[in-house]
Amino acid sequence: MATVTSFSEARLAASSVDAADPEWDVGDLERIVPLGRRNNNRMPRGLGKSLGPAALLTLWWLSTRYGLISEDLFPGPATLWATLLDMIASGELAEALLLSLQRVVIGFGFGFVVGVSLAVLSGLLRIGEDLINAPMQMARTLPWAGLVPLLIIWLGIDETPKITLVAFAVTFPLYINTFAGIRNVDKTLVEAARTLSFGRAALIFQVILPGALPNLLVGLRYSLGSAWLALVFAETVNAQGGLGYLITHAREVYRVDIIILCLIIYALLGLCADLVVRLLERVLLRWRQNFDGA
Amino acid sequence: MSLSGSVQAGLSVSVRGLVRRFGQRNVIDRLDLDIRRGEFVALLGASGCGKSTLLRILADLDHDIEGDVFVSPRRGVAFQSPRLFPWKRVWSNVVAGLPRGADRVRANAALDEVGLTHRGDAWPKDLSGGEAQRASLARALVRNPDLLLLDEPFGALDALTRLKAQALVADLWQKHRQAVLLVTHDVEEALLLADRVLVMRDGVVAHEARIDLPRPRSTGSAGFNRLRTQLLDWLGVSEPAAPAKQSNH
Repeated sequence: MATVTSFSEARLAASSVDAADPEWDVGDLERIVPLGRRNNNRMPRGLGKSLGPAALLTLWWLSTRYGLISEDLFPGPATLWATLLDMIASGELAEALLLSLQRVVIGFGFGFVVGVSLAVLSGLLRIGEDLINAPMQMARTLPWAGLVPLLIIWLGIDETPKITLVAFAVTFPLYINTFAGIRNVDKTLVEAARTLSFGRAALIFQVILPGALPNLLVGLRYSLGSAWLALVFAETVNAQGGLGYLITHAREVYRVDIIILCLIIYALLGLCADLVVRLLERVLLRWRQNFDGA
Repeated sequence: MSLSGSVQAGLSVSVRGLVRRFGQRNVIDRLDLDIRRGEFVALLGASGCGKSTLLRILADLDHDIEGDVFVSPRRGVAFQSPRLFPWKRVWSNVVAGLPRGADRVRANAALDEVGLTHRGDAWPKDLSGGEAQRASLARALVRNPDLLLLDEPFGALDALTRLKAQALVADLWQKHRQAVLLVTHDVEEALLLADRVLVMRDGVVAHEARIDLPRPRSTGSAGFNRLRTQLLDWLGVSEPAAPAKQSNH
């Protein structure tokens, strides 16, 4: 008991010593600055992130405002804003957006199911790997944008070739990453699951897939990126409504503002998809203990 | 030796003529072993003597074997590293693999036994080494095994935590009386916990010692020290303090 008391007294004494205390000689020791104090003079994270885009936007606005860039070739933010309001009012934007979103969602759905199922099959079974992996690795190197003419001949010019192209573009990044993730699952955990008498389904859904989830989400990010890319290709090459149709049509009537506006919308949609994946990562990977940047 | 003869009632483990090869080397070479129901057996051996391999075989994780092996179907296994699923919260780890409907109540009962109820909602990454090992033990115990296979479960713990964990295992065993096979390289640990200590060498059980010391045991008694010296001798380590008896193994 006595030792405990004296120990806590010693600690009290030590903590009451301040840097200002003239008798505290720390020599050439380095001070470890507590985290709370360290960040004080930095700018907030949100402000830092929005600074870059804001600067670009200002530059764009200024250079069109003062005639450095021709408004005909590259309209300024103000013109685009007016165009945006017009298109919202006429309802043409909402219609196109809905159609495009629908194509991406359906195509992505198909691609996701196919990519992940194939990855599970070839990740879990030796025979699955032998049968599936080599053809998938070969097909992966095929530039899918080149499939457009073939898809038109095979599937016509309605929705099917567009959805197929999106699904195709989505399948491969998901397959590659999920397969790698499955093969990276800690073998000792699979053994632990076996000692707990997991069934096959439990093993897949409670051990293999959660273990492969970090990689699967990386694949998801890539595949969402290529989903939009595929959509742009499919819609601009053979357009029947959707954002790509707006672009093609605008080219014919020389409306640069509409083209740029649609491109920006494409970019924003891609950004939203990325945000969704980030949110998923934050929720689904809470269990991970990782380095998340200094 | 007939098959039926080796599965007598009252046994939790029965092994005859077990051989496990790694390449040309017989890591386990015609090994026989019986563990009675409720018996606490410690398996000692130098590193690489095949003791962990034996445990893996009994845990149904290694099938590349010859010979006859019978084990109780209700087994719990705890490894040297806790092997908790990092994506499941602690309580969910404990009831993992149980039939659907295994709930929080059951998890809490098991966590309570190892004194970890308050950590049920934590992620495995947030547990200390001792807590993770206790959670792993709870997971092995939750299905009321007849046979508990422990592969150096205290090996990675610090000395203080190890003492507590050993006491916990002793308590749990006193309460449930399941058969235990504890693989360890720590002679004192084996002497503190086991009814019977086996020394494995050259792929077989080279020495067997019945430990009749009264429980609860503590290190340092005369009987304890005598057994300790003897076992260390079998393990090929002679103690510097006491002049080692010349033994001819």
